[in-house]
Amino acid sequence: METWSLISVCVFLGLTTRWAVSFNSYSGAGKPPMFGDYEAQRHWQEVTVNLPVHEWYFNTTDNDLNYWGLDYPPLTAYHSLLCAHVAKLIDPTWVELYASRGHESPSHKLFMRATVFIADLVIYIPAVLLYCFYLRDGSAKRRVAVALCILLYPGLILIDYGHFQYNSVSLGLALWAVVGLGLGQDLLGSVAFSLALNYKQMELYHSLPFFCYLLGKCVKQGLTGRGLFLLLKLSVTVLLTFALCWLPFLSDPGQVLQVLCRVFPVGRGLFEDKVANTWCSLNVLIKIRTILPSQIQLLCSFVLTLLAALPSSVKLLAKPTLWQLKLALVNSSLAFFLFSYHVHEKSILLPALPVCLLINDLPLMSIWFLLVSNFSMLPLFMKDGLLMPYVVTTLGFLFFSVYLLSALERTTVAELRLESYQRLTHACLPTLNLCSVVKWKFFLSLVGMAALSLASMLLDPPAALPDLFPVLISVFSFLHFLGLFVYFNLVQLTEPSGRKNQKKAN
Amino acid sequence: MAAPVTNEWKWFSALALGVSLLKCLLINAYHSTDFEVHRNWLALTHSLPLSKWYFEDTSEWTLDYPPFFAWFEFGLSHLAACFDSEMLAVQNLNYASPATVLFQRLSVIVTDVVFIYAVKECCRGVWDEKRKDLLEQPSFILATLLLWNFGLLIVDHIHFQYNGLLFGILLLSIARHFQGRHLEGAFLFSILLNLKHIYLYITPAYGIFLLRCFCFTCSNADRSVQWRSFSVLRFTVLGLIVLSTFALSFGPFIALGQLPQVFSRLFPFKRGLCHAYWAPNIWALYNVADKALTVLGVKLKLLDITKIPKASMTGGLVQESQHSVLPSVTPLATLICTLLSILPALVHMWFRPNGARGFLRCLVMCALGSFIFGWHVHEKAILMAILPYSLLAVEQKEDAGIFFILTTTGHYSLFPLLFTAQELPVKILLMLSFTVFSFTSLKQLFRCGGRLLSTSEAVYLLGLVPLGLVCECVYPLTTWQKSFPFIPLLVTSVYCALGVIYAFIRLYILLFTFTDCGTEAKMKSQ
Repeated sequence: METWSLISVCVFLGLTTRWAVSFNSYSGAGKPPMFGDYEAQRHWQEVTVNLPVHEWYFNTTDNDLNYWGLDYPPLTAYHSLLCAHVAKLIDPTWVELYASRGHESPSHKLFMRATVFIADLVIYIPAVLLYCFYLRDGSAKRRVAVALCILLYPGLILIDYGHFQYNSVSLGLALWAVVGLGLGQDLLGSVAFSLALNYKQMELYHSLPFFCYLLGKCVKQGLTGRGLFLLLKLSVTVLLTFALCWLPFLSDPGQVLQVLCRVFPVGRGLFEDKVANTWCSLNVLIKIRTILPSQIQLLCSFVLTLLAALPSSVKLLAKPTLWQLKLALVNSSLAFFLFSYHVHEKSILLPALPVCLLINDLPLMSIWFLLVSNFSMLPLFMKDGLLMPYVVTTLGFLFFSVYLLSALERTTVAELRLESYQRLTHACLPTLNLCSVVKWKFFLSLVGMAALSLASMLLDPPAALPDLFPVLISVFSFLHFLGLFVYFNLVQLTEPSGRKNQKKAN
Repeated sequence: MAAPVTNEWKWFSALALGVSLLKCLLINAYHSTDFEVHRNWLALTHSLPLSKWYFEDTSEWTLDYPPFFAWFEFGLSHLAACFDSEMLAVQNLNYASPATVLFQRLSVIVTDVVFIYAVKECCRGVWDEKRKDLLEQPSFILATLLLWNFGLLIVDHIHFQYNGLLFGILLLSIARHFQGRHLEGAFLFSILLNLKHIYLYITPAYGIFLLRCFCFTCSNADRSVQWRSFSVLRFTVLGLIVLSTFALSFGPFIALGQLPQVFSRLFPFKRGLCHAYWAPNIWALYNVADKALTVLGVKLKLLDITKIPKASMTGGLVQESQHSVLPSVTPLATLICTLLSILPALVHMWFRPNGARGFLRCLVMCALGSFIFGWHVHEKAILMAILPYSLLAVEQKEDAGIFFILTTTGHYSLFPLLFTAQELPVKILLMLSFTVFSFTSLKQLFRCGGRLLSTSEAVYLLGLVPLGLVCECVYPLTTWQKSFPFIPLLVTSVYCALGVIYAFIRLYILLFTFTDCGTEAKMKSQ
């Protein structure tokens, strides 16, 4: 079969899966008074279309910030405004000020789902296809398989089409940036990443690698000659993009400050709910939030995050290649997820995106990571009534990625990119059969995930420990993330210089 | 691709698992009144004694499938009790709790195992050359065409029916004939007939085939029948199998003296010539011709407008349709037309039998003939031709071309089945993926033999794209939707009727002009 038809069948399948997931419930469905993220997005449409720009981020008589106040950067607000205008055309009651609060109806659900679908179709999916077809080497069939696996990653589908968010926009823009840099279009890449950052502040998790990559490239070209020129061009581009996004707010410094205050809510605590990062998992043993004052907490998390992200960033700075960039994106975003302040469980999608990009290079480990990342959001999915799609999409992803990428066969030391590590530890550690150890751990972890999933679906937790399963899930996932963080760092830091396939990838 | 045996299994289970997971994702999709029909049957078989099954009429959806299907529902109802026993109360009309939906949907998904097994058996029967590329292997293409069949997916897993199970049995029966296990095939088919009597349409093909190729054990050199080779033993065994199946099914009702009641439920001839939405067959064209002539007659003042029967075509639930200009069609007339349309194929099979492949071809023509000329045909019945025909499509280029025209028009004509906006993207995406796959894979498979479609055929099929855009997206936004809601349906069935009838004619031409030397040679070389 021709490649085009394989690609289109894959894309159709990915889209069908997405739309079929959207038949299910969304966060906060029928749960007044606050509802959930679905209502938040609808409320933003209501606010942006009815109020002047300078009231969007302020608590005014018409804008109650305690009821899902806008706390994303301006680009999200513009997107809401655009959707609101379409909504107004179809049914003005959907976005009427005050009166539309908590509005829920089948047709409105259909509309909201369609906005996600269109955003995904316009931004995320083309980026995935471009990545798979311009930046990968390998046969056409292999590329299609990689594209299918990335498109079927259940975490993103369930959050965007089930829970309800627009992650495919910010992640899609970040992916466009990777594609841009990979194709040597540095300016395009930096514009795309600036847009991503202006859509969702969480994209900061990815900012260090992009910065280091571009800086490293400038340094490589010589900071006195062409490198300096490139640096200037890049900074002007980024500044211009930012200025454009913030244009309506630039007239008044108070506005800018208020937006920043909303976007970075320092007062919201070290972590919220149950999230598979260091702080929440440590909380099981030590109640950090009561011991340390919040200022110290903030400082602590900031320093630890930087320290954790530093090695990969430095390595990338010294060696700005696409392979290093992808690994650094994983490492930096994982460092942020594990150690930074006020992390949501959904933020695991940020490391998941670059891991998706590694799925052909490091199949088993990437699939493992992606499965755990999806699993770590199980309590959220259960709250939203998304059990059925969770089970189905997870099984589908597990089976198809392992089958199509022959993940279980590609587990030699070389394919795990651990030769240098093995050479280093050869002296002090007993030689292990690394492949079978990894495979066994993978299987054990699968069994663990299945058991914990089943337990939290079927069993009632003991009365004394109502949060038993969410805590177990987050600690279990945290341990995996930590282990995989170490692994991805090892792969990045021990990469020998001048390897053949990396040269090709550039 | 080192170990061929395990590999073969891997791709097949990947296809089957993938489609099963997709079916699970569609659990919360829209379901039609057929969902309530089957819930009602669960309830009445569970809570009433056998003697009342075919008398019960609390719900308007009375039991109108043969006894084996009622027993199937009876068996399911015991499992249903574990999910939600409320659904088993006959009085609980339109009951659809989440547990009920889950149970009914899962019952369809699980019973599809029969279909999956049957597809596997069919793939083994297909003449298969080992190609380097898995995607170009006929058995792979066949498995995909059957397992991921668009029509079956939307009819069973969105609209709601149990066709997967029924077609599974049909395909298994066909596969058994391919494997030379004729008694088993006949047995399976008689079970199928007692599950859903719509398969009576293809009974002539079975009857003639079994008589000609099984009861007569050999042919003369010119393939004509050798009368002295009639095997009484085979005939008796065959008759015993079929009769005992029917006795098991209808026996209890004969003993209860309820046979007339059962038959009146199974064959409700009070229904109209066409279903509410016209199936794309000859009667759709006939209706339109009648309407056009009426309008023309009124314009030319040849007809008196007051004498025209009212509301004959408003697209609602018109039961008995009357024609204004052309003679009205009676059930007997449709029966005669149907028989006449399939007779040449049957005669051809008698005089020039071509083994199981000839039988399969005849079966497809019976299904298609009765679809085109039958009384009160549902659009879903096109699957009865499409699914078996997939087996032939991967073996010969001419068949592949006809198959593609038939499936594309037949599948498109299923679109009005799902009219909710929520399901619109799913039906379009699934249809597109199936069509793109079947076209490119068949084209690749027969790439040496010239083009799959002629220019006019391609233009006709591409015409479905603007038709779909207008009917599904543009027309519902116009004001005409309120006053003439039936126009898109009418245009769809007329447009698709042309393709279906064209495919039928092409099939006949192929039957009489093509000598099956090619396939025979391939079979021998195997």
